[in-house]
Amino acid sequence: MLTFLLLSLVKVIVVTVVLLLAVAYTVLLERKLVARIQNRWGPSRVGPFGLLQPLVDGAKSFLKEDIIPAGVYKPLYILSPIIALSCALLSIAVVPFGPERQFRGVDLFQITDLNVGLLVILGVTSVGIYGIALSGWSSNDKYSLLGSLRASAQIVSYELALGLSLVGVVLRAGSLSLRDIVNSQSAHGLFSWNVFGGFQFFAFFIYLMAAFAETNRSPFDLPEAESELVGGYHTEYSSMKFAMFFMSEYANMITVSCVATLLFLGGWTSPFGNLLPSLGGSILASFVPFCWFVLKVLFFLCLYVWVRGTLPRFRYDQLMAFGWKFLVPLAIANIIGTSLWLALRTS
Amino acid sequence: MQLVLFFIFGGLCAAAALNLLLTRHPINSALSLIVVMTSLAVLYLTLGAEFLAAAQVIVYSGAIMVLFTFVIMLLNAGEEVRTRGSRAAYLVGVPGVAALFSLLTFVFLSQGNHLGKSTLANPATLYDLSAVLFRDLLLPFEVTSVLILIAILGAVALARKEH
Repeated sequence: MLTFLLLSLVKVIVVTVVLLLAVAYTVLLERKLVARIQNRWGPSRVGPFGLLQPLVDGAKSFLKEDIIPAGVYKPLYILSPIIALSCALLSIAVVPFGPERQFRGVDLFQITDLNVGLLVILGVTSVGIYGIALSGWSSNDKYSLLGSLRASAQIVSYELALGLSLVGVVLRAGSLSLRDIVNSQSAHGLFSWNVFGGFQFFAFFIYLMAAFAETNRSPFDLPEAESELVGGYHTEYSSMKFAMFFMSEYANMITVSCVATLLFLGGWTSPFGNLLPSLGGSILASFVPFCWFVLKVLFFLCLYVWVRGTLPRFRYDQLMAFGWKFLVPLAIANIIGTSLWLALRTS
Repeated sequence: MQLVLFFIFGGLCAAAALNLLLTRHPINSALSLIVVMTSLAVLYLTLGAEFLAAAQVIVYSGAIMVLFTFVIMLLNAGEEVRTRGSRAAYLVGVPGVAALFSLLTFVFLSQGNHLGKSTLANPATLYDLSAVLFRDLLLPFEVTSVLILIAILGAVALARKEH
């Protein structure tokens, strides 16, 4: 019992620290890649290739003066960055990073395997909206309020399309547990991944669009459109409170990429199936799948940056029309198509 | 363990519900309601109803309450003025609620078998759940969907602009 508790605690701490480091280095990745897209170098002074830049940025946020404007509604003003960051960090708890591997009764590659893991992620995301919604209202400032109104309307609308796009995958796997969903795509490598062999490319497309909107990323970054709204919902925040919003955005990006990997790209399974010879001992055998997982997540993060570097921002009515009139009907059509196909195959 | 969790979250739920009634700012009331919904979800979880707990968080604490706070933010509702309340509410309210509560308890406890109910395996898989929803209790489920559809149509009819 005690070893179980201790090992679980160590696991939670390791995952949190790795996630926070990943958040910091995703920021650096974005700055570097966007700089290369715009023919610049990006951060290059702190450490070799600017590799220490995230740490210095973190230290700067800690040391800056924390200004609380006079007119804010203080309890919610302080609470909302905490809600945003904690919800962003929470959903990684149900994400499996590799095949099941027990060590003294503790699963090494997942904090907890829930029966309804996918729904937990959706639930935590939907609660995370309060961080953004309340920050804008409690700041008592028109730019913040407009930003947070935009954000909540956008996230609520796209959450529907996002949820509907996952139904096809759940129908195919017959389970809401993320581990079962990955196992259902592990038979023939690339060809049994949901995006290719599962004929879920429409769902994949919808999920990707909705995920970009959910994380307030370009081209759907209207809540913080700096040309109209100064800084959007976090206009009045400074120092570490601002940094918490910033970190929550990137942590959400990582979670969304992990979920996309698990649901559509076969999670930790190798794209070559059983064609590659299995190498070496048991440690390597569990480490290689983990590397596949990280590679796929990295692919999604680069995609995020690439899209940000190339696409202009949507107009707000275009965004709403795209979500409600295009993505939602397409998602429903995908559900009907997948159900029919599955029903025909089983009968 | 389950009892301790029940007392913690049951207490939290009751305290938030009281705060919902007593606080004067609408946004505080809305936030208290979110706490009520989420602690109910935890209570469902301790009873082994994982799916119901997740659905409760997604639908109630997430979607519906976001719309509530959204409307409060949009209207920028100020603090309420405290009134004495209506006399009828004092006279009829408490006995009425007590009567309704007793009636519902009676119906669910003693007449449950006649209404149709079903027991899920623990832990329930997605298959068990859909078998109950779409096979055993199909009629109540579809009647509820029609009810929601009527509510949506009513809302559209109310919000429609006159030409």
